[in-house]
Amino acid sequence: MSVIAHYIKTFTLWEFVKAHWLTLKYFFKPKATINYPYERNPLSPRFRGEHALRRYPNGEERCIACKLCEAVCPALAITIEAEPRDDGSRRTTRYDIDMTKCIYCGFCQEACPVDAIVEGPNLEFSTETREELLYDKAKLLANGDRWERAIAANIAADAPYR
Amino acid sequence: MTFTQWFQSWGGEAFGWFLATTVLILMIALPLMLAVAMIIYADRKIWAAMALRRGPNVVGPLGLLQSFADGLKVMLQETIIPSAANRGLFLLAPIITFTVALIVWAVIPFGPGMVLADINVGLLYLLAASSLGVYGVIISGWASNSKYPFYSALRAAAQMVSYEVSIGFVLISVVLWADSFNLSKIVLEQQGHVLGFFNGFGFNPLLFPMAVVFLISALAETARAPFDLTEAESELVAGYQTEYSSMSFALFWLGEYANVILMCGLNAILFWGGWLPPVDWAPLYAVPGIIWFFSKILIFFFIFSWIKATVPRFRYDQLMRLGWKVFLPLSLIWVFLVSGYLMLTRYGA
Amino acid sequence: MIQAFAFYLFAAIVILSGALTVLSRNPVHSVLWLILAFFNAAGLMVLVGAEFIAMLLVIVYVGAVAVLFLFVVMMLDIDFAELRSGFVRYGFFGLLIALVLAGELIIAGGAWSAGAIDIANRTAPVSTDLSNIEAMGALIYSKYLYVFEAAGLVLLVAMIGAIVLTHRERKDVRPQNISDQVKRRPQDAVRNIDQPVGQGVEL
Repeated sequence: MSVIAHYIKTFTLWEFVKAHWLTLKYFFKPKATINYPYERNPLSPRFRGEHALRRYPNGEERCIACKLCEAVCPALAITIEAEPRDDGSRRTTRYDIDMTKCIYCGFCQEACPVDAIVEGPNLEFSTETREELLYDKAKLLANGDRWERAIAANIAADAPYR
Repeated sequence: MTFTQWFQSWGGEAFGWFLATTVLILMIALPLMLAVAMIIYADRKIWAAMALRRGPNVVGPLGLLQSFADGLKVMLQETIIPSAANRGLFLLAPIITFTVALIVWAVIPFGPGMVLADINVGLLYLLAASSLGVYGVIISGWASNSKYPFYSALRAAAQMVSYEVSIGFVLISVVLWADSFNLSKIVLEQQGHVLGFFNGFGFNPLLFPMAVVFLISALAETARAPFDLTEAESELVAGYQTEYSSMSFALFWLGEYANVILMCGLNAILFWGGWLPPVDWAPLYAVPGIIWFFSKILIFFFIFSWIKATVPRFRYDQLMRLGWKVFLPLSLIWVFLVSGYLMLTRYGA
Repeated sequence: MIQAFAFYLFAAIVILSGALTVLSRNPVHSVLWLILAFFNAAGLMVLVGAEFIAMLLVIVYVGAVAVLFLFVVMMLDIDFAELRSGFVRYGFFGLLIALVLAGELIIAGGAWSAGAIDIANRTAPVSTDLSNIEAMGALIYSKYLYVFEAAGLVLLVAMIGAIVLTHRERKDVRPQNISDQVKRRPQDAVRNIDQPVGQGVEL
């Protein structure tokens, strides 16, 4: 009996019909993907995106050129040169991140004693040339100014777990 | 006064005919290209929906202009010819594929009397022209001088020859019933074919299995999923298209989809009544035949995409087994059954 | 006018591609020229009103036979120097055959144009009310039925012969039996048991 059923199933392409019924049901289901540029998934406060150099509320840059981030960077993406400023404080003269080398591990952020270098929530910073991905200090500070509110909120949200 | 006669009335007999035919060819070929662009979009949308994705939705309203954007991108690309390739044949191959995909449309009846070349051997012409399609693939595979295209060419050669055999037998059983090789006559023969009510050989229980075999063989003949072994990306990169870029790639793409639409149309013409409405009921004839024909093509294209979204790709030996060990004997037996039935009923024992 | 133009076009291409089939250095090119020749021969057939033969020529020769030719020739790894080394040895013999063929053609052509053959016997009678296919069918399945059946039998024997010659039973491989695989049910292959702890499993 099962043999007959088997042959009936084979010649009516039963398995195929069943599979097509399944895909037809899926055809009318709501989409699982989001409509990306217009809809976004929520980002964690710990999300590690584009780098930024932050400032204190009075406008003074946070970075004190301790070079801990340069030392910890596993991809050797960070280059720092430092000199004492006119007022005697130690500040960077050069703070470069090669974004093509960066692996977005977040170690620089972890190493930073003054919360100066952070990885912000921005993930849309693709460029048309490679050179634009070699960030210098001005670019990083500009990022920090632009994303300060989001970055500060993220750090505050993550603070209880640190 | 027909279209051709109007041209002949002011252009002279020969020149008028030439002009009229050229215009008619353009009237088929240009909308066909447009249809290909839209059908590629439909294909991607259907496939995406069945995978719970959105598909193209950015270029134009609902992404409708996606294919045109792709076409523009492809046209602006550089044509790369591999240095070790056989230059002439490498460039000839996509042209062959494209041309063959277009010439087949000459015999397709879009409605009553709406056919470019109403020849007696229309079905044979179709079979002949579609069997030429394999040359584009073989030549491109060989001329690329690269191993993946070459494997693809070998696969294509064997696959298409194999499935043409069963397609041939399916066509024979249709021709036996319709008593003609002319596609328009085949369509007209289907009017009220079953119980004097249903238009289409596919409603006939004796011919329905052949309709299914033809549908599946058409998938194999156009190398569509699940039989797209000639461009199986998991093993052959992109098959015979691997070395192609720019317009030569686009010609393959257009030709392939033109062939797919043709096979959808052929399914409609041979088994589901072509330009006739599905049932022989007078009010339905108020709708123009061409609309019935196009909606049937669209339904079949949906089925093609549906199958593509559902069935995983066959392995090559499974493909050959299906062609030679299942479809060939089955269609052969069916030719015997159909001719036997006709012998008993129509022609008297 | 157009007919004459088409005839000369097709005929010229047939002859040209025929010559190039022989003269091409690359065997793949040869096959492709041969296909072009077949194709234009089909065009000539259409011109004389034998559209059925033309379509069969394209389907059978261009669509199947030449594909297999190409299939084989593509895979050949040909050493052209070696291929040409035998030219002198076989050249004389080849020339002889060519001369004989050319002579036969000239004799046939001479006899044709001498007018000794009646025009009615040169061309087959064409009835206007029958379509090409019907005319051929009527002839094949009535007058030449036995010859036709015999041809079919010869083809069948050739097919069986090819299968017998090339088929070999391989005992060292286990072929896939799809039907058996599909027929297999879970209850035939899997069983649930309540295995006591500390005792071995019986396989």
